[in-house]
Amino acid sequence: MADARRETIVNIVLAVALFVVPAVAYVIDEPFFITLATRVAILALAGVGLNLALGLGGMVSFGHAAFFGLGGYVAGVLAHHAFSGTPVFWGIPGTNQMIIIWIVAIVLSGMLAAIIGALSLRTSGIFFIMITLAFAQMLFFFTLSWPAYGGEDGLPIFVRNQFPGLNTMRIWELFLLSYAVLMIAILLFRMVRNARFGAALMAIRQNPDRAAALGISPFGVKLAAFALSGMITGLAGAMMADLTRFVSPAMLAWQMSGELIVIIILGGVGRLFGPVAGAGILVAFEVFFGGITEHWQFWLGLVLLGVVLFARGGLIGLIAGRDRHG
Amino acid sequence: MSFALFAEQLLNGVQFGLMLFLMAAGLTLVFGVMGLINLAHGSLYMIGAFFCAAAAAATGNFWLGLIAGLAAAAAAGAIIEVVVIRRLYARGHLDQVLATFALILILSEAVRMVFGPFPLYLSVPPELRGSVNLGGGVSYSLYRLALIGFGIATAIGLWVLIARTRLGIRIRAGESDREMIAALGVNIKALYTVVFALGAALAGMAGALVGAIQSVQVGMGEPVLILAFVVIVIGGIGSIKGALVGALLVGVIDTMGRFLLPRFFSLFLDTSQAMGVGAALASMLIYVLMALVLVLRPKGLFPAHG
Repeated sequence: MADARRETIVNIVLAVALFVVPAVAYVIDEPFFITLATRVAILALAGVGLNLALGLGGMVSFGHAAFFGLGGYVAGVLAHHAFSGTPVFWGIPGTNQMIIIWIVAIVLSGMLAAIIGALSLRTSGIFFIMITLAFAQMLFFFTLSWPAYGGEDGLPIFVRNQFPGLNTMRIWELFLLSYAVLMIAILLFRMVRNARFGAALMAIRQNPDRAAALGISPFGVKLAAFALSGMITGLAGAMMADLTRFVSPAMLAWQMSGELIVIIILGGVGRLFGPVAGAGILVAFEVFFGGITEHWQFWLGLVLLGVVLFARGGLIGLIAGRDRHG
Repeated sequence: MSFALFAEQLLNGVQFGLMLFLMAAGLTLVFGVMGLINLAHGSLYMIGAFFCAAAAAATGNFWLGLIAGLAAAAAAGAIIEVVVIRRLYARGHLDQVLATFALILILSEAVRMVFGPFPLYLSVPPELRGSVNLGGGVSYSLYRLALIGFGIATAIGLWVLIARTRLGIRIRAGESDREMIAALGVNIKALYTVVFALGAALAGMAGALVGAIQSVQVGMGEPVLILAFVVIVIGGIGSIKGALVGALLVGVIDTMGRFLLPRFFSLFLDTSQAMGVGAALASMLIYVLMALVLVLRPKGLFPAHG
């Protein structure tokens, strides 16, 4: 398994690079690059979530922006009420503690994913893609037209939420936090993939009938994976809201769902560090080509088209050989 | 709430539904025949609108613009099919989604490069300006009425094309067994290009027609595209009849929801609150409808294949 060893090396390089680049930027005092690295880490976290559903489970969700946005709004709304000292509803107070916000974001995203999954997983293939997209659009339009939290103007977070022992207003400390969460999520992804549950999920992706004949319930396993996937992406949304200190319906827009899929594809579907590579490429593309031409999305489109048509393993697939996961 | 206002909103819903049908018909045809999910369908709508607006501005004639928009969308569709889409038929849905998502990025930026970053304006042709009296105190925009006529005529034309012509026979044969019709000597590659260009032309026509009552801008296609997806999921993917019924349902329910729900909530909430709650719920209504259809009939109202 020379390919597997090469992939391990690529993974280590990616993990180290994502740490070293902002560390150097911290030393030479270039906070812009620390912010970029934090963005990469959080987008990669969202990608890890989607990778669980899409990469392992073969569920092409075109609606993961719903969970990303829900997480973002949890952070925004709770911080808004903590700032104004008003209750969210029924006397429940807001909070500016990241840990509580994350738990709420994870729980609510998981519940939403369970509901969307339970309805969408009744279908498969093209129907599944469109239905997840439609559910995300439903929430998008809801946030757009619901006036209480800014509607289409979005909701600012005036003071970044707090984490015990850290000063989150310092971007370097926020980066460390995001990096740690990302690494924990990647470990979790690895555990899921190597566990019986992951084996069942991949078996269902490859052949649902055969898996069912072996006594695995495709619906239950897929639903659980979809919910877990939504939780991770929701957590990423809450963290992204704190990074940008702003939430808006754009977090739930269909382009966001597309961007998350693009991250997975550019990096390599089902790969452990695929989302890290993909998020890195996307952000680098945006910053460097965005600085050269305002039409950078044209070139992104061409690159993406090229990857889909000719380089189907993504970046990690190019370096570490064909995908082992079929 | 007067009867006239109600009737006007109902007609708006029908008009919106018929324009959605033009979009959904192409999508559902391409899916039914080639098994392809095409996100770039909204870009063809945009291309139709831009070429129509540019040609109408250059010649001063809306109808020449409409022809230009239709031709441009059909040509763009044929080119895209030959260069990119053709390679995707044998691929999974994920590759199709991604490649056509990439096409959206490429086409949106290309249109921005060619036509500039500002919206174009397309005005209603002079012979269709003003409104007509429909009796019962209902007066309605002549142009929107013409759109309803266009929509109905296209639906009939499409039905004749598919049910009564040789091309239609081939399209239906392609839906049921592509190897068999290839073996019977039909040039399946050319057939696919024609079907894709036909869908593109319908999308371009919708874009050009709607362009006269909205502004013509980059990104105008995607909201319509997503609604067209909802339509074909409700109607049953691959079914033209389903697309028509689904489009009318979505058009009328969406328009009437936006009109009636705020009024309904104002019966027991204060006005500004009722507006907010009503608008928020109205914007979700068609997705709720879709979820309901999905729970009750997972293959849509008119499943295309068995």
